[in-house]
Amino acid sequence: MTVMGDAEVHRTLDAVWRIESARIVAVLARLVNDVGRAEELAHDALVAALEQWPADGVPDNPAAWLTTTARRRAIDAIRRDQRLARRTEELGHEIVVPGAEVAAGADATIGDDIGDELLSLVFAACHPVLAREARVALTLRLFGGLTTPEIARAFLTPEPTVAQRIVRAKKRLAGVPVEVPTGDELAPRLTSVLEVVYLVFTEGYAATSGVDWVRPALRAEAMRLGRVLVGLAPRAAEVHGLVALMELQGSRTRARIGTGGRPVLLADQDRTRWDQLLIRRGLAALDIAERLAPDPGPYALQAAIAACHARAASVEQTDWTRIAALYAELADRTGSPVVELNRAVAVGMATGPADGLAVLDALADEPALASYHLLPAVRADLLVRLDRVDEARAELERAASLARNDQEAALLTARAAALG
Amino acid sequence: MRYLMLIKANAESEAGGLPSEELLNEMGRWNATLVQAGVLLAAEGLSPSAQGAKVRTSGGEQTVIDGPFAEATELVGGFWLIDVTSRDEAIAWAKGCPVGDDGEIEVRRVLESDDFGAAFIPEARDAETRLRERIADQHGS
Repeated sequence: MTVMGDAEVHRTLDAVWRIESARIVAVLARLVNDVGRAEELAHDALVAALEQWPADGVPDNPAAWLTTTARRRAIDAIRRDQRLARRTEELGHEIVVPGAEVAAGADATIGDDIGDELLSLVFAACHPVLAREARVALTLRLFGGLTTPEIARAFLTPEPTVAQRIVRAKKRLAGVPVEVPTGDELAPRLTSVLEVVYLVFTEGYAATSGVDWVRPALRAEAMRLGRVLVGLAPRAAEVHGLVALMELQGSRTRARIGTGGRPVLLADQDRTRWDQLLIRRGLAALDIAERLAPDPGPYALQAAIAACHARAASVEQTDWTRIAALYAELADRTGSPVVELNRAVAVGMATGPADGLAVLDALADEPALASYHLLPAVRADLLVRLDRVDEARAELERAASLARNDQEAALLTARAAALG
Repeated sequence: MRYLMLIKANAESEAGGLPSEELLNEMGRWNATLVQAGVLLAAEGLSPSAQGAKVRTSGGEQTVIDGPFAEATELVGGFWLIDVTSRDEAIAWAKGCPVGDDGEIEVRRVLESDDFGAAFIPEARDAETRLRERIADQHGS
């Protein structure tokens, strides 16, 4: 036991909770087969710690204390349910109590396979029966240890909305088994998990609305989650692909914010400020992804594109031909017009602006891009290089009117003005 | 935010002796825990200072001083670079480092030009508020 002041106890508990809470909830979720209930039981242990630690001192192994306390409460709860079920049965009804079958051997089985338990919890939180926003909120809460107000702030969503999402999500999950999917189910379920992690990352990388352009905490959280997933599912190529993509994109973070928080485009970034440690980690992860699956998935393909940029000393020295080929492969895989838009940029760099414009013109009537600011912005870039300045200016003004982010709109307006 | 955890050298590590098999295993397990938690960015152990040197500049003159160096406990024996959300989290990790009965881990924050923006800083908020929010979360749902 260590005796500390209240404030220090709170700080220690908060830190230990962040490190341990997902694991504790995962263990309990397997036991009671209900994510919402597991979270409640884990929180009971947190409340108990908050009550006891300031008086009794912080236990020598705070993580073990929390786990043991939560586990006891779970087993008590299961036994209570079993007694209730027995009594109900005596009355002639039949109730199936989830988790009842494990209660007898609970002490023996708990903690045997933490990785598997954590993985089941990830799959539950990202279950396709949940709306995408709910998956994101639940994952951040269970794995990032983020509170409802923090999630609300990060996504510029009113707190009650986020709270409602989580309540509904947990209700929806009540009947869903907490397990690692197998067979044909595994691939689509893993896709759902990766989508949630990447969504958190991109939200942290560039907010889609509002003035706060970067949300570093979300970005860091997504990267941590990705690295956790690699440990949990080391044979899944796309997990490595996603981590590679996030490490490589994350390596540019400090170069992409200019003075006054203004975004700096890739071409104008000071490459000496790119984070070499993250680049190395990203390239290593990409290497593993490519070895695991010679036919790369969408994340590995995007990571391969990011790797072309990471390896190049300048825009001119970038292997644009390879990037254009990778985008073509990605467009094939995803059928996404946004990917085609990116291919137009790469083609414009590889073989000239006229070729890029040809790719772009094929997208002119694409409804998905009708209000997407980057379509006119990219057109403008190519038009400038073809000396069609008046058309370029008009496209930039159009792009500025479509931008959903104040900083981006300002940047586009400035570029239009700079054309004279 | 990134923290560097520095483990100090000791007489044994300076003498070039490898840690006991038990300690090596514990260290391996601990490293695996850091990896699985997604916080470890890099880690290395250093060989004894006898294999190193100091390059000292004094009054514009440079001299190379060969190791070993006295004061083993002032020397760095190895490091871990971790990515965490607060100093308290870094300390919580450092407490888990297997150092045997005697040892010291120094925890230092890495300076970053892109330190967390003002809008969303977990560490700037006090732990009690966060704990209150966590508990409110449960009552609200």
